[in-house]
Amino acid sequence: MNFLLLAAEGATELPMAVSSGTNWFLEHAWIVPLLPALSFVIILFFGKRMPKKGAEVGIAAVGLAFIFAVITGVAWIDHRDNFQPSPAAEHAVVIDGSVSVGDQVVLAAAETPVDGVAAEGTVGEAGAEAEAEHPTVAIHKSTTWLHNNGVGFDAGILVDGLSVLMLFVVTLVSLLVHVYSTDYVAGDRGYTHFFAFLSLFTASMLFFVLSDNILQMVVGWELVGVCSFVLIGHWWEEKANSDAAMKAFLTNRVGDTGLLIGVIILFFTAGNGSFDTLTINSNIVNGGVSHTALVVAAMSLTAAVMSKSGQFILHTWLPDAMAGPTPVSALIHAATMVVAGIYMVARLYPVFFEGMQIGGSSINLLAVVGAITLVFGGLLAFVQNDIKKVLAYSTISQLGYMAMALGVGAWTAAIFHLFTHAFFKACLFLGAGSASHAVHSFDMKKDMGGLKKWMPHTYRTFVVASLALAGVFPLAGFWSKDEILSGTGGWGLFGGTGGNGSYTFMLVMGTFGAALTGAYMTRVIYLTFHGEFRGHGTPHENGRRIIVPLYVLATVALLGGLVNLPPGFITGNHSSWQERFGHYVEPVAGYFPHIAHATPSYSLAIASSLVAFAGIGYAYWYYFVKLDNLAKATGESLTELPDGFVAKSGVARAGHTLLVQKYYLDHLYTDIIAGTTKGAIARAANWVNQNVIDGTVDLVGRTSVKAGRFTYDKIDQPIIDGIVNASGSASNAAGDGFRIVQTGKIQQYAALLFAGAALLGGVLVIVLSL
Amino acid sequence: MLLNQFLLLAAVLFCIGVYGVLVRRNGMLVLMSIEIILNAVNINLVAFGALTDNVGGEVFALFTIAVAAAEVGIGLAIVLLMYRNRRSIDLSEADLLKG
Repeated sequence: MNFLLLAAEGATELPMAVSSGTNWFLEHAWIVPLLPALSFVIILFFGKRMPKKGAEVGIAAVGLAFIFAVITGVAWIDHRDNFQPSPAAEHAVVIDGSVSVGDQVVLAAAETPVDGVAAEGTVGEAGAEAEAEHPTVAIHKSTTWLHNNGVGFDAGILVDGLSVLMLFVVTLVSLLVHVYSTDYVAGDRGYTHFFAFLSLFTASMLFFVLSDNILQMVVGWELVGVCSFVLIGHWWEEKANSDAAMKAFLTNRVGDTGLLIGVIILFFTAGNGSFDTLTINSNIVNGGVSHTALVVAAMSLTAAVMSKSGQFILHTWLPDAMAGPTPVSALIHAATMVVAGIYMVARLYPVFFEGMQIGGSSINLLAVVGAITLVFGGLLAFVQNDIKKVLAYSTISQLGYMAMALGVGAWTAAIFHLFTHAFFKACLFLGAGSASHAVHSFDMKKDMGGLKKWMPHTYRTFVVASLALAGVFPLAGFWSKDEILSGTGGWGLFGGTGGNGSYTFMLVMGTFGAALTGAYMTRVIYLTFHGEFRGHGTPHENGRRIIVPLYVLATVALLGGLVNLPPGFITGNHSSWQERFGHYVEPVAGYFPHIAHATPSYSLAIASSLVAFAGIGYAYWYYFVKLDNLAKATGESLTELPDGFVAKSGVARAGHTLLVQKYYLDHLYTDIIAGTTKGAIARAANWVNQNVIDGTVDLVGRTSVKAGRFTYDKIDQPIIDGIVNASGSASNAAGDGFRIVQTGKIQQYAALLFAGAALLGGVLVIVLSL
Repeated sequence: MLLNQFLLLAAVLFCIGVYGVLVRRNGMLVLMSIEIILNAVNINLVAFGALTDNVGGEVFALFTIAVAAAEVGIGLAIVLLMYRNRRSIDLSEADLLKG
C-alpha cells in the first residue's frame, strides 16, 4: 500500500512494474509489419515475372498478417484478463519511480485490486471507476539499434491494446483493399508497382503503430508519408495528379516540422535523453516534467496532427489526394496515413493531457481544432460534385471528431470512433470506387444518378455505411459518435454527467456536425444512386472481388458498434458485454493518465439522434421529395433545385462561393503565402547568388589560376622537372658504365661472384679479428 | 681428432672446384667441378659433425648428396640440350646474356 501515490485528480496512481512477456504472439508482433515489408521487396524485384503480377504475394502477405493480428488480438484479450505482474517486480521499479529500459521490459501497473485486498481506500477515493480494474501490462521488447556516445537508439515494439487494435484494423482494411485492387486497377501500367507500394504502405503503418519509441514513430510517420506520396501520384502522367501528390507531401512537411520539434522537446525534457515512449509517458504522468515544455511539445505535436490527420487549416491536401486510385484513398482514409496523427496523440496522450490540461479545462487547442475541423469539413462536403471529394471532406470532419474527443479527454471514445470509422469509411470509398468503375467518372452531377437500378450490391453496402457514418442507431457510428458527445461533458448543463470538464462548445459543434454528416451523405446517395442516370452507356455491377470487400466492411459497419456498448445500456447480468472495447484497449497503468469516463445519458443519445435525423430529413426532403418531384415533372435529371437558397438569397450565394473556393485556403497558400514569399525569396536569392556567391567563386577561381601559373613557372618546371630529368640521365650514365660487365659469359659472372664472396669473406675475417 | 686436416682437404678441394668452374670451357667439366665443390662442403659437414659428436652433420651430408644428384641431373640436361642445339658444349660460346 505504501507504494500507492495519490495523483492530483484523486485517481489512483498506478505504479510501474517490469515483467517478461507472456505470450509468443504478443512478443513476436513485429512479424506483422515484417510480412508486408517482405512482400514489398519480393513484389518489387520479382512481381512482374509472377503469374498474377505480384498481387498474389501482397494478398498472401497481408492475409497472413491479418491472421497473425487476429491471433495477437485474442492473445491480448487473454493477457489483459489474466496476466498479473509479479510482486517482486513491483518493488523493483516503484522504489525509484522510474522505468528501466532494457531487453525485456514490460511496464505494468502493479496494483492488483482484483484480489480485494489492496487499494480499498484509494480506489474508493478515485470514485470515477465503477469497478476497480486491474492494470494493463503492456509488452515492451526492444533492442539497441545503434549506440553512440552514451546515447542509445533503441528499436522495439510496444504491444498493448491500442497497438493490437491498430494491427487488426490496418491489416483487415488493407487485405480487403488488396483484394479489391486486383479488379479495380487490373490492366494498369503500374499494376505491380501499385501492389508493391500498397504492401509498403501497410508495413509502414504497422511499423508505426508498434513503435516503442518516438524516434521510431517519426520513421514510421515519414514512411507512411512517402508511401502516400507515391500512391497518390500513381497516375503521375497527368499534371494534376503529380501536383496532388506533391501537395500532400509538402503540406505534411509543415506538420512534420512540428513533429520533430515536439519529439526533440520530449527527448530532452520528459525522456531525459531517452526516446522511449513509456519512459516519457510515465515521467509526465508522475509529474516530473516542466509544464511549459509540455505545452510547447503538445502544440508542436498538434501541428503534426493537423497536417497528417487533415485538421483545419492544413487539411487542404486531403481532398486533392483523391487524385490517387480509389483503393489507395480507402486505405489512406480508413487505416493508414490520416489516422496516424490520431494514433500519435493517443500514444503520447500524457503529453497532451498534462500539457493542455485536458482533465480540468473547458477549452484547449486540440479540442478547438477538432471542433472547427468537424464543422468546416462537413460544410465543405456539400458543395463537392466529385463523390470522392465529398468522402474526403467527410473524413476530415470525422477526424475532427476524433481530435476533438482526444482534446476533451474522451480517449476511448476517440479510438473507438477511429475503429468504427475505419470500416464504414473504407466501405464508402470502395463503394464510390465501385460506382465510378462502372461509369468511368467520379462526377456525381454529370455522370452518375440512378445507379441503384444497376448496382444493387454497391447501393446496399453504401447505404449501410452512410447510415453508420451518419450515426443512426444501432449502427457502428452511433455508438462511437454518441460516446464522443457524452465525453465532452457539455451535456452536464442539461442533466447529463461525466467527462473531464464541461466542453459545451465542443458538444454543440459535435451535434451540429452530426446533422451535417447525415445531410451530406443523403445528398451523395441521391445524386449517385437515385434519379435518372446522367452518364453515357449502361453501367454494370462489378465483379465479386469488388463486391465481397464491400459486404465485409458493411457488416463490420453494421455490427462494429456493439463491441463497446455503454454501461447501463443493457442492465442486469450482461455487464460482460459492456465497454469491452474500452476494457481491452484503454491502458490502465502508471504510464497513462487516468481517463475519466462519461456516464452516457439517454437524453443526449436521443437528442443527438434527433439532430442527425433532422439533417438527414432535411436533405431527404430537398432531394428525394422536392427535387425528385420536380425532375419527374420536367422529365429531366436534376441535381439541384433551380429556386433553392443559393439561387434566391445573396447571403447563401456568398456562403456557397466561400465553400466552393474552400474558404480560399488554397489561394492563401499558393497565391498569397507562396506567391509573395516566392518572389521575394527568389530575388534575394538571386542577389546573393550574383553578388556574394558568384563574387566569391570568381575570386577563388582567379586566385587559383594565379597560384597555378606561379607553381608551374617557378616550382614545377625548374625544380620538379629538373630532379626527374637528372635522375633519368644519372641512371643512363650508370647503365652505360655497368654495361661493360655484362659480357654474357657465365664463367665471368661466376668469377665475379666468387671474387665478391672472397672479398666479403676477407672483410668478415678482418672485422672478426678486430 | 685432427680437424685441421679435414678442413684443409676441404679447402683444397673447394679451390680446385672453383678453379675448374671458372677456367674450364667444357660444360661437362664445369659440372664435375661443381660436384667437387659440393663434396668439399660435405667433408666439412661430416668433420664438424664428428667433432661435436652430432649425427646431424652426416645427415646433412646425405641430403647434400641427394640434392647434388638432382642438380647434376638438371645440369646434364642443360648441357645435352646445348649440345643438340649448337653441336658444342663450349661455354665461352654461350654468351646470349650479353647486355
